[in-house]
Amino acid sequence: MGNVTAFIAGLLFAVGLALAGMTQPAKIIGFLDFFGRWDPSLMAVMAGAIAAHVFFARRALRVERPLFAERFDLTPLRHLDARLIAGSAIFGVGWGISGLCPGPALVALVARTPTTVAFAAAMVAAIAVYRAVLGDPAAA
Amino acid sequence: MTLSDLVLPAIGGVLIGTAATVLLMMNGRVAGISGIVGGLLTEQKGQRGWLGSFLGGLLLGGVAMYLVRPSAFTVEYAPSLPLAIVAGLIVGVGTQLGNGCTSGHGVCGISRFSTRSIVATITFIATGAITVALMRSLR
Repeated sequence: MGNVTAFIAGLLFAVGLALAGMTQPAKIIGFLDFFGRWDPSLMAVMAGAIAAHVFFARRALRVERPLFAERFDLTPLRHLDARLIAGSAIFGVGWGISGLCPGPALVALVARTPTTVAFAAAMVAAIAVYRAVLGDPAAA
Repeated sequence: MTLSDLVLPAIGGVLIGTAATVLLMMNGRVAGISGIVGGLLTEQKGQRGWLGSFLGGLLLGGVAMYLVRPSAFTVEYAPSLPLAIVAGLIVGVGTQLGNGCTSGHGVCGISRFSTRSIVATITFIATGAITVALMRSLR
């Protein structure tokens, strides 16, 4: 049953990303272009997503455990560190170059745009190499 | 840009937040895409099922949307192919080092009022904006 709900969540996530315009790199570049013609639509996406998740997640976490798993698996990490800042800063550069982040890049694979496919392949390869060399970052 | 241009993005956002809620309530997991991809690439006992199912749903959702709404996949901006590869490598490394991306930090973490995620999100929006400004000045 857990696999079914995870599948539904993935499906819904992709539909949301595509409807929101996140699979159009120009929209992301427009949002990040604070010094040019700023496109606020990503603000609306984040506001909608956070509003929905805040509303539901607060209630969801009040129960003892999830419906189809033994426990809530949330990160134990609490403190700010150089790794978090450096990693996020690096990610932002790649996001700004391409207008793509991991979710939309995978959802947009179906369109077979050469740059999107190349981006996604490089991203997955980098994640694989990172984990093979340094292990699971969540376990750190 | 009118107010109605923000309605569809907001609805899409609500769907994203709802999807993240389903995964949290049912599977007890955070819908962070970079973490889910990483999890699938790492040997983790008992995790393959939900990770693969979520990713399968994500890819299939893309296929479904491509069939009913191909305009959602318009590419009006694209870097050169070598630059796209560099960007992909950068995003892969950065999201692993920083433990998350737009979904894990920007949506899920912020919704739980995580200080780490708020700082991460401000950081990647800031460096993203600087990058876009630099790229524009180079064109």
